[in-house]
Amino acid sequence: MGLTSRVNSAKVFLRHTFRTRGKNRPHLFEKQWLYFYDAGKTISKSELMTTKTKNSAKKKAPSKKSNTGQPMKGRDILVKALENEGVTVIFGYPGGASMEIHQGLTLSRKIRMVLPRHEQGGSFAAGGYARATGDVGVCLATSGPGATNLITGIIDAKMDSIPIVAITGQVPSTVLGSDAFQETDIMGSTFPLVKHSYMVQNIADIPRVINEAFHIARTGRPGPVLVDIPKNIQQQETVVDFNVKFDCPSYKPNLNPSVLQCKKAAHAIQTAKRPIIYAGGGIVSSGASRELAAFAKKTGIPVTTTVMGLGSFPSNDPLSLRMLGMHGAVYANIAINHADLVIAMGVRFDDRVTGKLAEFCKNAQFIQIDIDPTEINKNIMIDVPIQGDVKQALKVLDKYVEPKKDLKPWLKQINDWKKEFPLTFENKKGEIVPQAVVAEINKISEKDAIFSVGVGQHQMWAAQFLDFDKPNNWLCSSGLGAMGYGLPAAMGAQVAFPKRQVINIEGDGSFLMNIQELQTLKIENIPVKNIVLNNAHLGMVAQWEDRFYKSIRGHTFIGDANFAEVAHAFGIKSESISDPKDVGPALKRMLKHKGPYVLDVKYPYNDQCNGHVMPMIPANHTYLDTYLDASTTLRDYWEKKGHLEEE
Amino acid sequence: MQHTISVLMNNHFGVLSRVSGLFSGRGFNIESLNVAETSDPEISRMTIVTVGDDAKIEQITKQLNKLVDIIKVVDLTEENFVDRELVLIKMNAEARVREEMLRVVDLFRAKVVDVSSSTYTIEITGDEGKISSFLELLSPMGIKEIVRSGRIAIGRGNKSLTTN
Repeated sequence: MGLTSRVNSAKVFLRHTFRTRGKNRPHLFEKQWLYFYDAGKTISKSELMTTKTKNSAKKKAPSKKSNTGQPMKGRDILVKALENEGVTVIFGYPGGASMEIHQGLTLSRKIRMVLPRHEQGGSFAAGGYARATGDVGVCLATSGPGATNLITGIIDAKMDSIPIVAITGQVPSTVLGSDAFQETDIMGSTFPLVKHSYMVQNIADIPRVINEAFHIARTGRPGPVLVDIPKNIQQQETVVDFNVKFDCPSYKPNLNPSVLQCKKAAHAIQTAKRPIIYAGGGIVSSGASRELAAFAKKTGIPVTTTVMGLGSFPSNDPLSLRMLGMHGAVYANIAINHADLVIAMGVRFDDRVTGKLAEFCKNAQFIQIDIDPTEINKNIMIDVPIQGDVKQALKVLDKYVEPKKDLKPWLKQINDWKKEFPLTFENKKGEIVPQAVVAEINKISEKDAIFSVGVGQHQMWAAQFLDFDKPNNWLCSSGLGAMGYGLPAAMGAQVAFPKRQVINIEGDGSFLMNIQELQTLKIENIPVKNIVLNNAHLGMVAQWEDRFYKSIRGHTFIGDANFAEVAHAFGIKSESISDPKDVGPALKRMLKHKGPYVLDVKYPYNDQCNGHVMPMIPANHTYLDTYLDASTTLRDYWEKKGHLEEE
Repeated sequence: MQHTISVLMNNHFGVLSRVSGLFSGRGFNIESLNVAETSDPEISRMTIVTVGDDAKIEQITKQLNKLVDIIKVVDLTEENFVDRELVLIKMNAEARVREEMLRVVDLFRAKVVDVSSSTYTIEITGDEGKISSFLELLSPMGIKEIVRSGRIAIGRGNKSLTTN
C-alpha cells in the first residue's frame, strides 16, 4: 500500500481529533470534496415533484416504488427517509442551516412539526415522546447554537437509554472548518454523549444514514443518535434509492441470553432464602413488564424498582417494595440489604441506589441481566451474569424456575418492615404540604395518566407517592437529572397521546428553566396539565444545605413568582392556590379543563423534615444511615431497640 | 498490568476521537496508540497499549466493543504476540562520539538514515526492552530529538485477526 494513500486516509480519519485547518483544508477534506463533485453531476430543477411520490409510501414500509427515477432535493430525501421510518412527529426549531429541511417538512402530510420555543425543549420533548411511546423521538435544530442547545436532551437520552434521533443542520461543507457563522463541530462535541452519530457527506447516503440512525437508536440498549447534515447537501438534488437494508456488521447487539447462564441463575434462585428483584429502566425499554410480573408471581420473589423502573411492576402489588435508593422506601433498602440473592434486571447499580458500594448488599449473591455487557461487573462484581434482552431472559428463566415455597419467613419479615417503616408524610395545618398534592393528584387522575417531572424535591415526592400500574407513564430525567425536563417532556408525550391525561408536576426552579414551552402548549393546543410546587426555593439543594451546611443559603432562594399570571400571559388557563382546602377542588378544576393548564401551588419552604424529601440516605452512605426523620437514623433507631447486635 | 489491545474498526472519520474520548472520559490510561489502514481501506486497525487491573481491562474491552464503528477487539496479552515499535532519533554527532555511536547502532541492528555535518538520524525497530536499552546507551551522547511510532502488535501462530 502506498504511503500517500495511507496518509490521506489518516487525515480524514483524524479530522475530529486534530483540527488542523487553514491552508491544509482542501486536502483534509479530500474525500468529501470528491463526494460533492459526484453529487453535483445530478443537479437539476424539480422542486415540488417529491410530494406526490412521498405520500404514496406506506408508513413504516419503505415502498419499492418510491424511487421514481426523478431527482429529489436532499431535504426532501431526508423527509421521505424519516417518513419511511414511521416518523409522525418532529420537534424542531428552524434556523439558517436547517430551514431548508423545514421547507421540506411543510410539504409532508405524514409528519407533524411541533415548534418548541427553545431547542432544549425540543430535545426533551423528543425524550418525553420516546419514554411514553417506547418509539424513537425526533428533534431537529439548526447548526451552532441550535445544535448545542439540543445537547442536554441528547445526554439525558444517553443516561436513561431513551431512543431519540437528533437531526442538526450544518454549515455548507464547502465552508466547514472555517469558523463560519453558526458553525459548531456538533459531532465532535457530542462524541461522548451519543450512542452513535453521523455527518452526511454524500446526498446519496441520506436514506442509509437515516435507516441506520433509527435502527441503532431503537435496538440493543436504546440511546440517542445524531445526524448532522450540511446545508449544501440539503439543497443538492439527486436520484436516490430508498430501498435500503440495514447492513452494519460492526453493530450486532446480542439479544439472546445464554441458556447455561439462565440455568445457573435458576439454580441460585431455587436455593436462595431471601431473594429480591431489583428492576430498572431495562424492563421498560425491553417491554418486559408482563414477563417480570409473571416471574415474580410464579416465584413469589418481591420486587423493588429504581426511579427508571417505576411502572415496570405495579406499585401496589403485594410483592412490590416500590422504589429503593437515596429517597426510596426504607423497607426496600432494608430488604435488599438483607437479601441473600439480588436479581438485577435492566439496572446499572447507580450510586443513588447503592450508596457506599463496598457496603451494598454485602452478604448477597448477584444475578444481573443486562443487554449491555459494559453494565455487567461495572460497579459490582456479578456472580451470575446474563447478557441479553431481559424479556428473552425472563422467558428462558421461566422454563427453569419453580414456585418457591420457602419464602414465607422472608416475606413476613418484609411485611413487618413495611408496617414499621411506611412510606408516608405528615400533614400540617394551615399550609399546603407538597406530598399531599402528589397524593391527591394520584387519587383523582385517570388510571392511564402519564406523569412528567422536573428535577428536585418534587420529582422525588412524585416518585414516592404516585402509583404506577403500567410502564411508559413516567417521564423523569433520572440519570442526568436535568432541571426543566417536565414541561417539554410532558409536551412530547401529549403530542403522542392527545386524548390521555398528561400531568406535569414541577418545582418552581425546574418550571422556570423551560417555561417558554407554555407558548407551544397554547399555540399547538397541547393540553398538558402543569402543577407547579412553588416554594420559592431550589428545595433539593436547600435541603442539603439544611442537613450538611448549617442551613446557610448558597443561592438557593429564587424568589416568589405567580406562575398562574405567567400562564395567563401566554393565554393559558391557570390558578394559584396557597390554602390546603383548595388543593382538591383546584386539582379537579384543572383536570376538568380541556386545554393546557397551570396550577401554581404555593407553600412555604420549611427546613424541618416536612419540607425535606424523607427518608434520605446521605450520598455514599449505607441503608443504616437512612434518616427516618430530621434527626433519627435507622442505625440509632435499631441500636435503641437492641436490634443491631442481633444481626 | 500492561495490556496490548488490537482493534479493528470502520475507517470512518471520528472513530479515533470516539476511542480517545472513551479513554479520557472514563479515566482509562493510554500508554501508546497507533492506527492505520489494513489491507482493506475501509477497515483500520488500532493498537492500544494500556494499563489496568482485570476489572479495568474488562471495562476497556467492553466499552470499546460497544462503539458502533468498532468491529472487533482482541486483548493480545491473553496469548502470545509479537510487538514492535519504530523510533527515529536525531543525535548530536560530535566527532568524538561518532565512532561509538555507530558501534552501538551496529550492535542493535539499527540504521543511520540521515546524516548532516553535526547530526546523525538513526532508525531502530524493536520491542520495548530493546528500544529502552538502546536509548539508554545513546542518551549520554546527546539526543536532540526523538519520535516514536507507538507500538504495533500481532498475535503469534496461525490465528489471525480478521473482520469475519
